[in-house]
Amino acid sequence: MRVTTTVNGERRQVEDVWEGESLLYVLRERMGLPGSKNACEQGECGSCTVYLDSVPVCACLVAAGQAEGREIRTVEGLGIDDELNPVQEAFVEAGAVQCGFCTPGLVVAADDLLDRVPQPSDADIREALAGNLCRCTGYEQILTAVRLAATRRAKVVP
Amino acid sequence: MEFLQPRTWADALSAKAEHPAALPIAGGTDVMVDLNFDRVRPAALLDLTGVDDLIHWEMDGGTVRLGAGVTYSRVIAELAAILPALAMASRTVGSPQIRNRGTVGGNLGSASPAGDAHPPLLAGDAVVEVESIRGPRAIPIAEFFTGVKENVLQPDELIKAVLVPTASGPQQFAKIGTRNAMVIAVSSFAVALRPGERRVGTGIGSAAPTPRRAEGAEEFASEALDWEGRTQLSEEVAERFGGLVAAAAAPIDDVRGTAAYRRHSLAVLARRTLGWAWSAYQRS
Repeated sequence: MRVTTTVNGERRQVEDVWEGESLLYVLRERMGLPGSKNACEQGECGSCTVYLDSVPVCACLVAAGQAEGREIRTVEGLGIDDELNPVQEAFVEAGAVQCGFCTPGLVVAADDLLDRVPQPSDADIREALAGNLCRCTGYEQILTAVRLAATRRAKVVP
Repeated sequence: MEFLQPRTWADALSAKAEHPAALPIAGGTDVMVDLNFDRVRPAALLDLTGVDDLIHWEMDGGTVRLGAGVTYSRVIAELAAILPALAMASRTVGSPQIRNRGTVGGNLGSASPAGDAHPPLLAGDAVVEVESIRGPRAIPIAEFFTGVKENVLQPDELIKAVLVPTASGPQQFAKIGTRNAMVIAVSSFAVALRPGERRVGTGIGSAAPTPRRAEGAEEFASEALDWEGRTQLSEEVAERFGGLVAAAAAPIDDVRGTAAYRRHSLAVLARRTLGWAWSAYQRS
C-alpha cells in the first residue's frame, strides 16, 4: 500500500509498504532516516521514539498505515539547519552519549519534557525518561544533560 | 494483509462484519508487538485510530462514558478526579510513550489477565459497550472476560466504550512489579469504597486466568467496616480482607513470579489499599 505523511516538515510518499509494517521500518528502510533506532520492537526501550502529531510515541508500535496523513518529527528534524537543538547540545557537553544507540530516543523524550515542563524536577525527568533504556547505564550524565538543557532553554526563552 | 481504515463508527462496524477475521488495532501497543515478532498474521488490520467517535469521553449522569480510543495519558490528565483508581492504574502502564498510545478499549480487547485497567473497572462496576451491525450490547465487566486473553466479543463486534460510574468514595490501586515503569503486573489490586451503598468493590489483576472480583472479600468488608462511626480500621479486619482477596485468586507460576508470591503480595496489596482508602474516607 501507499503511505503519505509529513516527516520533519516535508511531505513524503512511499509505495509498496507491507500492511503489517511499523512506522519505524518505513522511516529507517524506506525513507532513509536511520536516526530512530531499532532495538526491542516491543515498546520497551524507547530507542525509536518520534513525535507523531506532536506526541512522543514508539515508532515500532505504530502501524505504517496509521501514520497516513499525520505529521512525524524524528530526531533528524529536531535541529534547525545544521545547528543542534539545546537538548542535543547538552547531551554532547554533559557526556550523556556513550555508545549512542539510545541517544536519539532520549533526545526526543527529553525535548518533549522540556516543551511541557520547562523547569523539571529530577522526579519529572526520571518519569519522562522511564521508557528509554541506556544499556551503557549512563543515566547520571543523561540527567545532567536534561538539567543543563532546561537551564539553557530558560535563558533563551524568558 | 489488508489495511482497513474506516473514518466513521458505522464504517468500522461494516468493515468488521465483512472481515470478521480482521484484527482491530488502536494504540498498537499489543498488536504491533505480535506483528513485529511474527506471532500473528491476520488477514486484515482494522485501524480504529481514524474513528473520531472513539476518542472522546463524556458524562452521562453519574457515569463516565469513556470512548474505547481514549489513551491512558488522557485518563490521567482528564479523569483523575472522578475515576481515581483507573487514573492510578493508568499511571502505572508502561512508559510515557506507551501511555500516549495505549487505550482502555485496547486493554479490554487484549483481555490480558495482567491488564492494568481491569482491576479498577471491576472494582468500579464498569459496563463494556460493544456493537456490531446486528446492534449494541452492554456487558457488565465481571462477565466480559472468559479466559486468558479471551473475552465475550463475537467476531463481528467491536468495543465502543466503557461506562464507568464516577467514584462515590475513595478508591485505590496498587501493583507489584520489578521496577516503577515498564512493568507487566506480577499482581495488582483495586479497591473502591461506596459509602452510600455501604459497599466495597474489588478487582484482582494478574493472579487468575482472567481479571476477577474478590466477592467474599467485598461482602466481608461491606459488613465489617464501620461506615457510620468511621472508626479506625482494625488490623484484624484488614488482615481478613487481605486473606479473602488472596483466597479469591487462582494464580500460576510464571516468568514474572510464583503462585505463592502472587497470593502473598495480593493479600498485602489488599490490606494496604483498603487501609489507604479507609483513611481517606475517615478524613472526608
